Amino acid sequence: MVKAQAVGIPVGKGESLWLRSARRLLRKPKAVFALAVITLLYGSGLFAHWVAPYGYNQQDLTAVRQPPSARHWLGTDGVGRDILSRLIYALRTNLIITAASVLTGSLLLGVTLGLLAGYLGGRVDSAIMRIGELFTAFPGILLVILIAATVKPRVLEMVRDFEDATGFRGLVRWGVVDYFVVFGALSAFAWVGMARLVRGQVLSLKEQPFVEAARAAGASLWRLLFVHILPNALPPVIVSVSMGLGAIAGAEVVLSWLGIGIQPPVPSLGNMIWEGQSISVLQRWPHMLLPPVITVALLIFAWNLLGDALNDVLNPKAR
Amino acid sequence: MLVYIVRRLLWLPVLLGAVTFVTFILGYYGPGDPVQVRLGTRYTPEAAARLRREMGLDRPLLVQYADYMRKAIRGDLGESYTYPGRSVSSLIGKKIWVSAQLGFAALLIGVSLGIPLGLLAAYRQGTWVDTALVSSALFFYSMPVFITAPFLILVLAVRLDLLPTAGWKGLFSPHIVMPALVMGLPGIAGIARLTRAAALEVIGQDYIRTARAKGLPEHLVQGRHVLRNALIPVATVVGLSLAGLVEGAFITETIFGIPGIGRLAVDSIFRRDYPVITALTMIFAVSFVLANLLVDILYAFLDPRIRYR
Repeated sequence: MVKAQAVGIPVGKGESLWLRSARRLLRKPKAVFALAVITLLYGSGLFAHWVAPYGYNQQDLTAVRQPPSARHWLGTDGVGRDILSRLIYALRTNLIITAASVLTGSLLLGVTLGLLAGYLGGRVDSAIMRIGELFTAFPGILLVILIAATVKPRVLEMVRDFEDATGFRGLVRWGVVDYFVVFGALSAFAWVGMARLVRGQVLSLKEQPFVEAARAAGASLWRLLFVHILPNALPPVIVSVSMGLGAIAGAEVVLSWLGIGIQPPVPSLGNMIWEGQSISVLQRWPHMLLPPVITVALLIFAWNLLGDALNDVLNPKAR
Repeated sequence: MLVYIVRRLLWLPVLLGAVTFVTFILGYYGPGDPVQVRLGTRYTPEAAARLRREMGLDRPLLVQYADYMRKAIRGDLGESYTYPGRSVSSLIGKKIWVSAQLGFAALLIGVSLGIPLGLLAAYRQGTWVDTALVSSALFFYSMPVFITAPFLILVLAVRLDLLPTAGWKGLFSPHIVMPALVMGLPGIAGIARLTRAAALEVIGQDYIRTARAKGLPEHLVQGRHVLRNALIPVATVVGLSLAGLVEGAFITETIFGIPGIGRLAVDSIFRRDYPVITALTMIFAVSFVLANLLVDILYAFLDPRIRYR
């Protein structure tokens, strides 16, 4: 049960906090715009197989570097692949990695460690927070690049061995390894901010009478943390996830842009931008660069806009 | 205060030890064999074993690490794998200077445009000027440099032919304008956003009403009371944007072909030049910690109500 009073939002009769917040969110034009953009982009990525007019690797060597036309809405790239189709499949890649990193790194690791640190305090708290401090002591992007560059060949070897041993084919070819390494490197960093946020919430929540009551009734540690405390700490978590999603989506693009994330021919927004940004391509075929750049910009902006709107709705005190 | 600073500084060696150790392990188990790279076509198993012994790479990981740290404390960061005979310090030395100049230019752009724009938005609160500034700040705040950079290159260099596309000719040349602008954009947005919020907060305070009520001219109210108090939180965001500048440097220097440490770091990772990577990671960690400490001290200096334990 969510105690709305604890987060300072007056609740109307017979209406839950979440329903009310959702209604207030949908009254905000910026939230509607952000939701529409995210739904459109990720929706087409999710159903890429049905939405994309061509396959992402389907070449038409009679139509190389064509400007946008009725047959190819966004034109074709250097080897005659349809840019719109590649864009849609790249969104699917981004969706998978972003969702996986946020679920494991930010939500699973970050929330659990934050709850434990805040509630247990003492040594557990300092151990978790010191490790977090280590992770934030240097530019995250450097370590993500380093991890991706050094760990990936080892993972690739392991997966090849696994394929040889079991006779299960296709893992390497489908780019499963790339997915795995990129999302692993990203979630290693995603948890710190979330853990700090949740810890701060728990510190004040654990002194509340309802937690004491639950403890007196004999609730176990996990029940206390996840059933009683977590739901009351959710509003700032939701805001932070929305803001963080943009950053993680961007980080996936950086890694692939540098050539250590998703490898061609599997399309990703990063490697599409890389292919389109050299000066000679820019001068003659700007249509190769603009679609992925505008898509990434829209995606990140939409997540931030949504976070901003959620913040207005869920943290009215912060205004 | 002094105790606080000393305690923070004592934490630094621990941090550096951990950072180098992690980098060391990644280098030890990571791909690429420096012996093979250096021998190239002259590779024979015997020559490889000899060189490996000379470079001390046949020893256990912990011994290598202890040896590295002992030398590093005395300022010897080892030798680059890809440029044989060149010490890591000589390789990094000049490039730090280039990156510092670029970072300084970007910071200058961020502060000199961010604060006035934030104040403008606060004074025009609720008008279209405010709305436009707030939404564009939200847009640029989190826009990665590899999105803004190709776009600016396309418009300013390729189409309009106003600025050179890449290269480095020092602080006072048109070459610095685009990279500094690209790196400064998130800073402008972040600083403007925070300045606006801080100024609005201060404008609502009682002492501003008192200042107006006693007949102080408006420009003095703004300059003496609003601006000064609004700038306190802005100091933090300037410090935080230092961190952002370091991250932006990797991509910006790579795109614009600037010979700084950001590009060196990216290149070294691809060339598996682990001594250079380890040294750079240490430099980044030190500058991160020092920048944060500086901000904390500045904060206490600007707002005497703040006390550190």
